[in-house]
Order: sequence, then structure tokens, then C-alpha cells
Amino acid sequence: MYRLTGVTKRYTRGKETVEALRGVDLTIADGDQLVIQGPTGGGKSTLLQMIGGLDRPSAGSVELDGVDLATIGEARLTRLRAEKIGIIFQAFNLIPTLTAQENVETALVPLGVAPAERRARAAEALRSVGLEERLSHVPSEMSGGQQQRVAIARALVKNPRVLLADEPTGNLDEGTRDDIMALLEGLWREHGLTFVLVTHDSSIARRAPRVATIRGGRITLTEQGAAGQEPQRIGA
Amino acid sequence: MFGIYLRRELSRRKKAALVVAMGLALGIALVITVDSVSAGMTQAQGKVLKSLYGLGTDMTVTKARSAPKAGGSQGPNFRFDARSSGEASQSSDRVMTQGGQALKSSLVGKVAAQKGVAAAVGALSLNVTKVDGSFTQGKATSSAGTQQRGGPGGGDGGGRPQVQGGGANFDVDSYSVAGVDVTHQTLGPLATVKITSGRTFTAAQTNAKAAVVSASYAKQKKYKAGSTFEISGTTYTVIGIATPDSGESTTDVYLPLKQAQSLGDAKDKVTTIYVKATDSQQISAVKKTIQGNVSGTTVTTSADLASTVSGSLSTASDLASSVGKWLSIAVLAAAFLVAALLTSSAVSRRVREFGTLKALGWPSRRVTRQVVGESMVNGLIGGGLGIALGLAAAYAVTAVSPTLTAQLGGTGGTGGPGGGPGGPGRQTAGNTLEIALSAPVSATTIALAVGLAVAGGLVAGAMGGWRASRMRPADALRSVS
Ligand SMILES: Nc1ncnc2c1ncn2[C@@H]1O[C@H](COP(=O)(O)OP(=O)(O)OP(=O)(O)O)[C@@H](O)[C@H]1O
Ligand SMILES: [Mg+2]
Repeated sequence: MYRLTGVTKRYTRGKETVEALRGVDLTIADGDQLVIQGPTGGGKSTLLQMIGGLDRPSAGSVELDGVDLATIGEARLTRLRAEKIGIIFQAFNLIPTLTAQENVETALVPLGVAPAERRARAAEALRSVGLEERLSHVPSEMSGGQQQRVAIARALVKNPRVLLADEPTGNLDEGTRDDIMALLEGLWREHGLTFVLVTHDSSIARRAPRVATIRGGRITLTEQGAAGQEPQRIGA
Repeated sequence: MFGIYLRRELSRRKKAALVVAMGLALGIALVITVDSVSAGMTQAQGKVLKSLYGLGTDMTVTKARSAPKAGGSQGPNFRFDARSSGEASQSSDRVMTQGGQALKSSLVGKVAAQKGVAAAVGALSLNVTKVDGSFTQGKATSSAGTQQRGGPGGGDGGGRPQVQGGGANFDVDSYSVAGVDVTHQTLGPLATVKITSGRTFTAAQTNAKAAVVSASYAKQKKYKAGSTFEISGTTYTVIGIATPDSGESTTDVYLPLKQAQSLGDAKDKVTTIYVKATDSQQISAVKKTIQGNVSGTTVTTSADLASTVSGSLSTASDLASSVGKWLSIAVLAAAFLVAALLTSSAVSRRVREFGTLKALGWPSRRVTRQVVGESMVNGLIGGGLGIALGLAAAYAVTAVSPTLTAQLGGTGGTGGPGGGPGGPGRQTAGNTLEIALSAPVSATTIALAVGLAVAGGLVAGAMGGWRASRMRPADALRSVS
């Protein structure tokens, strides 16, 4: 269960200060899916960083199961990321010199999993995304869709509580896009994850039960009940 | 994972690793080369000094240089009779003590009695100029006459092998003779040579008409053990051929001291007293004692002598110790800097990679360790390459063995302010030794190179590691490719 209160993030570059987030309040229940939308520069990625514990807000709190990610120590935050949070990036972010299997293993390294078990779990995770035949390929030897599958396997191999995805299909062509989205949706349901997805794709947003739109650092939540019902606007 | 990641990085980014390693390798190779060449220079200088002094000689005592008298020393004077009847061959030897100044033999005992002196042995150095000639009476008698009489300078300039003119035709041959104390051959001129044929003097041959001849002079004159030759009418039998331990001999003919003294008209005189100190650490103290107690002498230690060595050896050795040292320090510093900058920029280009690892929950120190590990391996590869390159260079120098010349005390001229170099420097004035340069690589040099490689890796790793440690997990989202 996520509870964000008054999350503000300012970036300071020299004299200039950019307010990427301005007092965002948000709760996400365990196992829920939240789709984040908005214009470019709106603050989507910044919000995702706050939720994933990749960065700390300038003000406000980001509570995950009662633990405030804004104030806990660096070591605990690192540990929390390693254990509970799986992240998928637009640019896949695989380590270019490592094989698919080794890339997936990197997620288990900070958890101190023994090498043999690590390899087995990585192979299993790759099988679950349909890449059992690509274990020893390096990223440059794989298509974009395959690379993103490796990244998904890497995010899920540790059985996280939370899955965060920042425009996971942004670098993929249309056909592959649907495959990846179908895979993610399936895995979300299968693992009972809390799933936060940043996307520009309005067709995905239309299908989602809960959509947050971020514009100029402010959040607008749209809840929709059963399909066909009029969207209901909440929040400021 | 550390090992796998490291191996993958190094094997899949070979070029980047090799660039850093090559930079370090060049620096290290240069250090090895300069180090070994300087060691070779030191060895060469040691050889030069040894060839002058011999093993065990710590210093020499010679007559203090006195101001040159007006008129200076006269050139050798030769007298030939001009015979009008036909053609005749004549020969004349002119024997001079080298440097023209000698000490009384009794001073040898006095020096030996000084505190800190273990042994002292006297030797007399002579220069013999031999002129062989045949004369025919020319038509122009007047010019021939001048030639025959041979005024000052007539035969001077011993270097000229042949002088022709005015109906005269003669050879000038100059060589050096050392009168040695046959009872103390381990100290003095004979201490630097090996008898390669025949034998050396016995202790009883204090006044024998026997000679030991240097190998090079023997070759030139086609002397063998048993050959005889004449100096100023005295016939000597060659009993042995001597090869200098190093370099070229400064002496052509060794005679018993007494024989040399009578040839040089220097009864009870020596030109040089070779001194061995009881303690090699106390040489400068012993030098002071001798100079204080035995007046009119100049004491020259090997340290003094080393400063009189000139010629390409000393130039090269100065170069190696000054320019070479600074050059290798500069190149090494540059190599370290380049390695550090390249590592740092390589780390910067991997900002998203390291950000991602941090986002995945890798502690910062694990990421830093990875970067430092890569740099260390680069450093070691560089060290290995550098050692190979340096050894190859040192081997090449040794294989080519460029010849260096050493001029001993060749600063010559009239004793200017501060006094010129004394002792053997003067005695062997104008003597040139040729020394082949080698570049020995010592274990210390290799250890130094390995140390430098590790240091280079650490410097680069520290820089890269610092960079990596400052990256944040949010950098995973940075759009730097
Ligand atoms: N590290 C940073 N330093 C300074 N400003 C930043 C930084 N990261 C983001 N910003 C600024 O914060 C604002 C929000 O950025 P953010 O990346 O969250 O937008 P976004 O909604 O993800 O946009 P996009 O759709 O283009 O990915 C932008 O104005 C951006 O310039
Ligand atoms: Mg974004």
C-alpha cells in the first residue's frame, strides 16, 4: 500500500529551479494498477522515481507499507529497492556486455542469492517471458522486444511487491508493443503486483481502471468503474 | 558476479581496456628502459674507474700540480746524424714521465704509514716516443738539414704516424709504459688486467729486463710471449700478454718499476701512489689525512675521478640521470593522468548502466568495486605489456650495445682557477676509453614496474570509482546512451 502526501520535487540547476512535482497526493492499494499519463515534461518519470525510491522528494512523504521512503537511510532504501521493487525502462537499460541470463542475475546479486540458484532462477524467469532460447545472448544480439522481455524478467526474478514501468513500449514497434503490454498485464495479474505504468499510449489508458494525469507537476486522478461508465474526476 | 562482470567488460570492451593499458604500458616501459640504461651507465662508469684504478684502489696520490713554468715543457728532442753517404736507418727513443712530475719513492712508505691506509704501492708512468727513420741526402740540403737537426717540435705531435719531407722518411710511434712494483701486483696498474698469455712478473723480478704487454699493443706490434723489443737500447723480453678487465688498457707496456725508473731517468721516483683504505666508508677522511700529512701531493678518490670523466659516456649518463629521469617521471605522470581521465570518461559514458545497477538495489560500494576492479586489471595488463616492452627495449640496447667514449681528465689546458683535475686524470690526460653500453634489468626494476602498474590501476580506479560512487539510481532514467 502506497500513500504519497504532498510530494514535491524541485530540481535546481544553477539559479534555475524546476518544480517537477507540486504537492502530489496519491494512494495505491496493493495489487492495484495505476496508469500515469500526461504531456512531456509533466513530471511522470519524476513521480515514478519517488515511488520506486530512486530519488527522494524535496518535501512530502512517500510511504510504502508505513515506511517513509523520503526519510529512511540510504542503506535501507537500497535494500528496499533490491527486495520489493522491480523496474522496467523505456530504453531497456540492460548491461550491454552481459548475457540475457547474467543481466537477469544482476537483480539477485544484492539479495545475496548463491550463484547456482541465481542462474537457475534467471533461466526460469527468462522462460516465463518466452526467452528460454536466448540465455547466452548479449543485448546487441537481440531485438528490442526481446531486450525488453529480458528487462521484464530482470524486474520480476526477485518476486517484487511493486512493478514500475516507465514507457516500456516507447522504443518498440506497434506489434511488439501489444505483445509486451499483454505480457505485463498477465504477469501483473499472475503475481498480484502493485503495478504503476507510465505511458503515452491512450488506448492503454482508456482500458485502465485508474489513471493519473500529471501536468505541470500536478496530479489529476480519473477512476473508471466498469467499462462504458463515464469517467469520474477526483482530486486537484 | 564480480568476476563474470569484470571478464565480460574486459573482453567485450577490449579496445577501451587496451587504450588505458597501453598508456600505462608506455610509461612503465620507459621507466624500465631509463632505469636499466642508467644502471648500464653506472656500470660503464664503474668500468672506466676500475680500468684506471683496479680493484681495491680507493685513491691515488700524485704530485700536486705546480704552476707551469714560463716556456713550458719542451717537446721531445731527437738527434740524428745526417750521413751524406747513401741511405741508413736510424732509431731513437724519447722517454718522459707522464705529466712530467714525479714523487719521491720514499713517499710510498710515508703514505702507507698514514692512519686508515691499508696498503700503498707506487708506480711510474712513462711515455715513450719512438722515431724510426731512414734518411737520404736530398738535393735541397738546406731544407733537409733543418729536418735532420729536428728543432723543438720537430717530432712533437706524437700522433702523426708518418712525417715525410725533405729527403727524410720516418715513423713516429708513441706508447705508454708503466713501471710496476712487482712485489705488490694486486694494487696498481697490473691489478686491472688479466694475463691471457704467458705469465706475469715474479716477486723476484724487481729489476728484470722483462715486460708484460697489453693485448691490443701486442696485436699491433705482433708481439708474443718470448718476443723481444728495445727501449733506448735496452732489450726486453715479453713474458706475458695482459688483457684489461674492462674497456681499453691505458698502458701498453708494463715493466718492473726499477727498469722504468732508469729508462725515464727517474731514479727513486714514482708518478702515482695507489692507496687502499682499511675502510671504504672512510675514504674522504683518509684523503684528508694524507693531504694534511704528506705535503705537495694531490689525492684523488674515485669520486673525484668520476667527475673528470667526460666524453659521450658522461654526456649520456648525465642525460640518463637528469633528462631520462625527468622524462620518465613526466611520461609516467602523463600516463597515469591519461589512464585516470580515460577511466573516468568511460565511467561517465556508463552512467545509465551504473544508475540501473543502483536502481536494481546494488549498493554503491559494489558498483565502485566493479570499476576499481576493472581499472586494476587494466593496470596489470598495462604493467605486463610495459614490462615486456621495457625488457625488449633494454634487450635491444644490450644487443646493439652502442659504444660510448669516456675521456679521462680531458678537461686539460693550463690549470685554471680552482685547479684542474689531478692525479690519474692528469696522468692519463687525453686518454679515451671505449665502453659498450648495456642495459641490465634488475629485479628491483621489475618490482618497481609492477608497483607502478598497481599504482596506475589504483589512480585510474580511484578516479573512476569516485565518479561511479556519485551516480544515483535516478541516473538509470537519464537519456545518455
Ligand atoms: N535531473 C533533473 N534535473 C533538472 N530538471 C529535471 C531533472 N529531471 C527532470 N527534470 C525536469 O522536471 C520536469 C519533469 O520531468 P520528467 O522527466 O518527470 O517529465 P516526464 O513527464 O517524464 O516527461 P517525458 O514524457 O518527456 O518523459 C521537466 O521539466 C524536466 O526538465
Ligand atoms: Mg519520462
